[in-house]
Amino acid sequence: MTAAAQAPESEVQPLESLPRRVWENVRTGNLGPWPVIGAIIVIAFVFGFSAQNWATPVNFTNLIGQLSGTCMLAYGVVFVLLIGEIDLSVAFVSGIAGVVVAQLQQPSPVGPGLPGWLCILIALVCTTLIGAFQGSIVALILVPSFVVTLAGLLIWQGVILRGLPGVIVIQDKTINDVYGYFLPDTWGWILGAVVCGSYVLASLGGPLLGLRHGFAVRDPAMLVVKVVAIPAITLLTVWYLNRDRGVPFALLLVVAMLLLLTFLAKRTTFGRHVYAVGGNAEAARRAGINVPRIRILVFMISGFMSGLGGIILASRLQSVDLNAGGGTLLIEAIAAAVIGGTSLFGGRGEVQNALIGTVLIAMIANGMNTLTYPQGTINIVTGAILLLAATFDTIVRRIQVRAGR
Amino acid sequence: MTDTPLLQLRGVYKSYGSVQALTDVDFECRTGEVMALVGDNGAGKSTLIKCIAGIHPMDSGEILFEGEPVSIHGPKDAAKLGIEVVYQDLALADNLDVVQNMYLGREVNRFQILTESPMERKTRETLSSLRVTTIKSIRQPVATLSGGQRQSVAVARAVMWNSKLVILDEPTAALGVAQTEQVLALVNRLAEQGLGVVLISHNLHDVFETAHRITVLRLGRNVGVYERAKTTQQQVVEAITAGQPTKVAGIASTQGVTG
Repeated sequence: MTAAAQAPESEVQPLESLPRRVWENVRTGNLGPWPVIGAIIVIAFVFGFSAQNWATPVNFTNLIGQLSGTCMLAYGVVFVLLIGEIDLSVAFVSGIAGVVVAQLQQPSPVGPGLPGWLCILIALVCTTLIGAFQGSIVALILVPSFVVTLAGLLIWQGVILRGLPGVIVIQDKTINDVYGYFLPDTWGWILGAVVCGSYVLASLGGPLLGLRHGFAVRDPAMLVVKVVAIPAITLLTVWYLNRDRGVPFALLLVVAMLLLLTFLAKRTTFGRHVYAVGGNAEAARRAGINVPRIRILVFMISGFMSGLGGIILASRLQSVDLNAGGGTLLIEAIAAAVIGGTSLFGGRGEVQNALIGTVLIAMIANGMNTLTYPQGTINIVTGAILLLAATFDTIVRRIQVRAGR
Repeated sequence: MTDTPLLQLRGVYKSYGSVQALTDVDFECRTGEVMALVGDNGAGKSTLIKCIAGIHPMDSGEILFEGEPVSIHGPKDAAKLGIEVVYQDLALADNLDVVQNMYLGREVNRFQILTESPMERKTRETLSSLRVTTIKSIRQPVATLSGGQRQSVAVARAVMWNSKLVILDEPTAALGVAQTEQVLALVNRLAEQGLGVVLISHNLHDVFETAHRITVLRLGRNVGVYERAKTTQQQVVEAITAGQPTKVAGIASTQGVTG
């Protein structure tokens, strides 16, 4: 009792040894993304050896193309899950973005022929407003988000069916470049270096500044691992992609949104309130947080990210058809967030979970496809993994409640 | 203790529909005093503090704070006056850590970007000034804390904001013996530091261990204010359960049933 009272400056008691902490984390189920990252590595080896043309730069570029659109949707889903809600409309809202850009870019006899950037802007505004609309019904009238977004799913699919003559081919270069532009090799390297540099600075800056103010570095071993691993992975990716066509612009978007949204979630007042609403909405309300406002903003983020994802998907096909936003897109986006480790019960999860989950799902689909498995088998495997992840989440939650007592 | 009470309520009425929850209730709490508020279920304890905290505004009556008439229409009005409530169900977010909970809704930020180090420093200072020393790390999620530690965090959060009056709603209800002692010691420290403390409790043992005075509510009426030193538990029990209306003017005629 007295020791701590005499030394109120020592931030935390010295950390226990690494193995002890690992065991403690395993015991309390606090594993973070590690099981999924482990699974990704194992699966990469399995496909790398069993499918001959799997581990190639061309297929790697292809894989990134397949996951970049879904990943955007999954980023938005993470925020919705964080406040303990669900958004089932993300896929068809992304389809709406595709329809809007496709219609607006059509040259003059058929459509207005707006410049590509304006089409993109208008599409993003539309999907963000859709999010605001659905979020308002959830937050202000308190209709369960499951029902609101289920209705949204139907409505926006209907709008897509009504809003398209069939197929619209996208001729606008700006829109097609969202997916189809590949950075020249040199630029790939430069951007890779910038990402590495700023990552190292950002992750070392805090602790070093802390050291000067007398705080201990919270987790030195982990810090070193991260500072080495993340730049290494980044540069390897750039090198591998440069052996094909270069770094795709869509990948830049994936990384940029990861950084931006992580900052939003972890370093801003808004992000803190998102976690608070998901953890205990009543506590948040009593603490003076405007809970409905947070909920609406989160659904707006979900709408915006769906729009961005939809534009990438449209750009990838260079066209929009009646299947826009259909198929397994919705399931993949939600499954990615959950498999990556975002809790379905709210309050627990990180933006990076979406990326990790999307990578796993896309790798399985892409690899099994290469091995000529039928779509049915791919669905069964993905579904099994989703079930596993959700079961794990539930068990972890129960363990943590017990560990807290 | 000063002559003017820190908080004084006069003639508070409150009804929910046809249910009269509070009838002509007077209540006061002085600086540096632990005022216990006791009563059976449905006696109006929670309703009274909800009126003070601005969660449910009262129908009629007067609130004086530091001798000045004030009006409290929402939790923010109460907080502005320096009134903080620690609720029974704690109102902590389990998934957030100690610092995040202490600053919930009042985060230190620059252009909406959080600045963590002043929040960590102030949290540490507050906890150590209240001699809450069992918490291993202020960066551990509240879910990993024991019941007593959680209650301590909730109390510390209430006093951190230069509050003058802290209302504790059943702070020991869910705690074991040792943790109850911890929290009661904390309650005493708050009063020593010159805060007014309103302690709501079912547990007369706790009340007699900490309170300076005891206000008893029964069926929405104030049926007596007792000095702890001059009262026995038996007297308070009688006041809570039935007859013996002491020191109450005006409503004695409505009592009379002996339990």
